[in-house]
Amino acid sequence: MTATAAPHETAQVSEIARIIAAHLHREGPLLPILHDVQAGYGHIPAAAHSPIAEALNITRAELHGVISFYHDFKDKQAGVHVVKICRAEACQSVGANALSEAVLGKLGLDWHGTTPDGRVTVEPVYCLGLCACGPAAMVDGTLKGRATVETLLAEVTA
Amino acid sequence: MKVYVPRDAAARALGSDAVAAVFEAAGHTVIRNGSRGMIWLEPLVEIEENGIRSAWGPVAPGDVAGILDGSVESLGPVEDIPFFARQQRLTFARCGLIDPLDLADYEAHGGLKGLRRAIEMGPEAIVTEVKNSGLRGRGGAGFPTGIKWETVAKARGPQKYIVCNADEGDSGTFADRMIMEGDPFTLIEGMVIAGLAVGATKGYVYIRSEYPDAIEVMERAVEIARQNNILGRVLHSSHEFDIEIRVGAGAYVCGEETSLLNSLEGKRGVVRAKPPLPALEGFMGRPTVVNNVLSLATVPVILEKGAALYEGFGLGRSKGTMPIQIAGNVRHGGLFETAFGMPLGELVNDVAGGTASGRPVKAVQVGGPLGAYFAPEKFDTPFGYEEFDGQGGLIGHAGIVVFDDSADMLGLARFAMEFCAVESCGKCTPCRIGAVRGVETLDRIAAGDAGAVPLLVDLCQTMKHGSLCALGGFTPYPVMSALEQFPEEFQGVREAAE
Repeated sequence: MTATAAPHETAQVSEIARIIAAHLHREGPLLPILHDVQAGYGHIPAAAHSPIAEALNITRAELHGVISFYHDFKDKQAGVHVVKICRAEACQSVGANALSEAVLGKLGLDWHGTTPDGRVTVEPVYCLGLCACGPAAMVDGTLKGRATVETLLAEVTA
Repeated sequence: MKVYVPRDAAARALGSDAVAAVFEAAGHTVIRNGSRGMIWLEPLVEIEENGIRSAWGPVAPGDVAGILDGSVESLGPVEDIPFFARQQRLTFARCGLIDPLDLADYEAHGGLKGLRRAIEMGPEAIVTEVKNSGLRGRGGAGFPTGIKWETVAKARGPQKYIVCNADEGDSGTFADRMIMEGDPFTLIEGMVIAGLAVGATKGYVYIRSEYPDAIEVMERAVEIARQNNILGRVLHSSHEFDIEIRVGAGAYVCGEETSLLNSLEGKRGVVRAKPPLPALEGFMGRPTVVNNVLSLATVPVILEKGAALYEGFGLGRSKGTMPIQIAGNVRHGGLFETAFGMPLGELVNDVAGGTASGRPVKAVQVGGPLGAYFAPEKFDTPFGYEEFDGQGGLIGHAGIVVFDDSADMLGLARFAMEFCAVESCGKCTPCRIGAVRGVETLDRIAAGDAGAVPLLVDLCQTMKHGSLCALGGFTPYPVMSALEQFPEEFQGVREAAE
């Protein structure tokens, strides 16, 4: 029995092939490829594994090892909004623990969790380089200095 | 009239984009410079008129009208603000002063002079100059940069590389980020000089993904450098050099040079055993210089002004200046570049003005998450590699994180172990297992089992001496320094930290 790929899957396969081709000339192309796939799909879809492994002549096990090693590469999509709160020492010295407890508590989440409506994911991050204006956070890629519960939640629950 | 509003990530995180937009809406052209390093004044706006450049800060969008009509008083020139006035800026001389992506502005402020001199000198003389300057690796290890270059220069291989370690993951440090966002050409120039010195034609800058602004500025700066023959055929000489920007993927351990090289090659960022040294078998198994951003960004000024000038600053074997980053619970936080030798207490109490909360300083952590805590009793320690080592600590990447008296030292010790467990690459057992056992042991102590303290000490000894790299090897620094200076917090009479 042969399965026919749905049109969106065909599009995905050709897009992944395009990403691979764009980086294949580099020395050590795997991370640039994974970054582009992650940026395009919000995660590394399983359908991307075989083409990447084949193009780079590595096993799928090796590829899985790389994907799972790095915090940036996800196997499933995050919520619509992603809030990253810095947990590192400089931010702890100005109340980061209380900030993250309050944000997680109000959303009813643990670290890495996503709200049931799929709206918000909260992740820890270890330093955003904003150590003299903490607590620091990143909301959907935008950096926030001297973050408060109100400013973080206002952006993602509005 | 020129209006400067920083595009530095910290300034943007505090609202500088909105401030710049108001100036633009009022019909002014805004130069998005780097930060002058006084983060408590960000967004810091500067306006240059009739040759005088005056500063205002922190500026909110609503303040702009008042600044323009003269009703809001200026702080005066940045150079007169005490925090700035007492610095000795060499590496950061241009940061915040110039338009980061304006090559003519860069050259007008001394840019490319070092590279031009380097081309005239030739490889051996460049290496000698860097050796004579006394420059040591600014990433934390403090290895003499010139000796590393000499090793790579003498190594044989079909291709050599310059790899810039811009994986600045240490809490309390942001100097790499600031220089990449505020003066990217100085890093590029430093890498080109390194390439000339060792015979490398290809360079990589490995920037952590948590620094989107730095990545963007560096990408644009590399493009501009290519168009202007700084990269490619270097200043129309016979030398070739090109740079590629690479982005990390959220692994702290990739700041360790061998795991960075694995990551760059597209592998898991696990640590490699040394030897072989990366200088002989580095990226793709070929001779590779791996230097921190600040080491490379300091090379142009050394070549421009000479090794003797640079070597004239400092203390003992810590030569030159260090861009110290003052962070955490601090009144005046930011980047403070000064000659080595200033006592820690002077930095914390005088320069930084103590805590932001106004409460007494309890401890400062120097050198990132793997650095020791220093209680005020040790505040007379002069800022230098050997001096800090002698006090059971390290200067690392020169970040100072200040804590007031509400700090929970056992909780911070536990966090150090937890962080190590999260970020361990897993290659060596003392780090991979030790960090997990460390969290458990600290939880036992927190729950009332003071008898677990000797176990914690023993575990720290094993991690310190048995780990492959500084992650497992140095995690005992914060843990042991907290235990030794604040033993009463490890008596087991308190509630669990979590």
